[in-house]
Amino acid sequence: MSTAEHADPNRRDFLYIATGAAGAVGAALVAWPFIDQMNPDASVRAMASIELDIAPIAEGQSITIKWRGNPVFVRHRTQKEIDEAKAVPVTDLPDPVARNANVKEGDPATDVNRVVDGKEKLLVMMGVCTHLGCVPLGQQGDYGGWFCPCHGSHYDTAGRIRKGPAPQNLPVPIYAYISDTKIRIG
Amino acid sequence: MGGHSTYQPKSAAEKWLHERLPIVELVKSSALDFPTPKNLNYWWTFGGILAVMLVVQIITGIVLVMHYTPHVDLAFNSVEHIMRDVNYGWLIRYMHANGASMFFIAVYIHIFRGMYYGSYKAPREVLWIIGVLIYLVMMATAFMGYVLPWGQMSFWGAKVITNLFSAIPFFGEPITTWLWGGYAVDNPTLNRFFSLHYLLPFVLAGLVGLHIWALHVPGNNNPTGVSVKSGQDTVPFHPYYTMKDSFAIVVFLILFGLFLFFAPNYLGHAINYEPANPLSTPAHIVPEWYYLPFYAILRAIPDKLGGVVAMFGSIAILFVLPWLDTSKVRSGNYRPLFKGFFWIFVAVCIGLGYLGSKPPEGWYVTFSRLLTFYYFAHFLVILPLLGLLETPKPLPSSISDDVLAKKKPALPQGQAVPAE
Repeated sequence: MSTAEHADPNRRDFLYIATGAAGAVGAALVAWPFIDQMNPDASVRAMASIELDIAPIAEGQSITIKWRGNPVFVRHRTQKEIDEAKAVPVTDLPDPVARNANVKEGDPATDVNRVVDGKEKLLVMMGVCTHLGCVPLGQQGDYGGWFCPCHGSHYDTAGRIRKGPAPQNLPVPIYAYISDTKIRIG
Repeated sequence: MGGHSTYQPKSAAEKWLHERLPIVELVKSSALDFPTPKNLNYWWTFGGILAVMLVVQIITGIVLVMHYTPHVDLAFNSVEHIMRDVNYGWLIRYMHANGASMFFIAVYIHIFRGMYYGSYKAPREVLWIIGVLIYLVMMATAFMGYVLPWGQMSFWGAKVITNLFSAIPFFGEPITTWLWGGYAVDNPTLNRFFSLHYLLPFVLAGLVGLHIWALHVPGNNNPTGVSVKSGQDTVPFHPYYTMKDSFAIVVFLILFGLFLFFAPNYLGHAINYEPANPLSTPAHIVPEWYYLPFYAILRAIPDKLGGVVAMFGSIAILFVLPWLDTSKVRSGNYRPLFKGFFWIFVAVCIGLGYLGSKPPEGWYVTFSRLLTFYYFAHFLVILPLLGLLETPKPLPSSISDDVLAKKKPALPQGQAVPAE
């Protein structure tokens, strides 16, 4: 239609383009609610933070709790585990970034940057493999940390990826100490 | 599609309808009188078998929905309720679950048949591409259906497969959150999978309509790969192929019945009879058998994004197969080198399936990498080169000549005429 012979655009060309443009914008506006309805709804977004009493977790013990539908590992690490994690130079890590929501983004993945307030005894992190989302098994694998049974990713005692297809360290969620024996996640 | 019928409405009622909606003529010309090459072998019956399986899945699925509850707290028990309480519920659910496997057995044979006889070549490229689309929609449908019983394998399968999208650079996380409707696979995910699992079979039915339309424009390929030249080469679809297809369908349904009545859980995983637990991944998770070759390719690449790209690429490459195969000869029967490589390719696909079922360690990984490399080399190196290097055998001058030559083996050599 717009390939007509006449050189100057006429009123009909203008109307044709304007109608098409209005139709496209209208279609996009109508489409958005239908796309966005699939995003997390208000009840999912509102899922409150949880508090956890850490006093009963003895050294060398871990617990798994559910937060926002995902498992969170809380491990009271032994001194040996902490020493092992500290002994690894950051340059040797496949993912040298801390992945800790409580420190500055891009900070190096040193052991102390994997916890908050320098309290290295307690490691709190998401129990979701950064490869394809399985739950890794604790105190297994080549580095004595976590091992994902699905596709063979090995994490060390600070939850940092060391070997296998996972691209990132296990992420540390936002958490804070509300007393010496209580933390709040979220 | 009205060119093949000699339909003349006889009664006044037929005339009345024909002038308003010529549907009787359409059915007659496309399903009864349609001229079909007279030399089609039993590998050609899988199209009809697939149509039957789609209908079986839709009917059993609609019935299952009458008894199923799509909610994370109730789904698992509602499936057990179907198995134990609903009249014949066990039968209908096993038909649906095993029917999915039968559907894939048939579609894989159908695809390999197309590959061997060059059915994707001009002028059937669009027919082939619609077929690959059907296969993709089938895989999505089967995946979402497997999630619905909300067992351990349902849940972790859903988690791993949806996490594939998290490999997309920059947008990975928002896309997975959008797919889940939350921060993990949960009730919103189950609800939308249920909705889409109900929708997609009807999309499939629509695509099958297009597939048949695209088939009826050039007509069927055949074992010689030589185009139909005259009425001598064809027979009407009915009764010749309605009968041949019916016989094949009955034989196929016997195989279906063997699984259904004697080994209904053979192709499944026992761990899926354990309710989903978001806090514990089973020790060894594997997809259903029909995804295993692609799962092996995913795990063969030691990089998250690389693995996902290779896996989707292994299916996407089928879309361009018509342009990767440079040979002008369609049928593998007349391509001595291709024939060997075809069977190696079939073995590689089965080998990948085996490796996909094994844990990702030791020599399984090494072999997965070798076979993944070969899979892509088949399409990107072997097929383009074969067409240039291979000397095909002489083609028969027509379908009819080929059939007659086979009927009279006493005739002297030299019946076959060089390529067109």
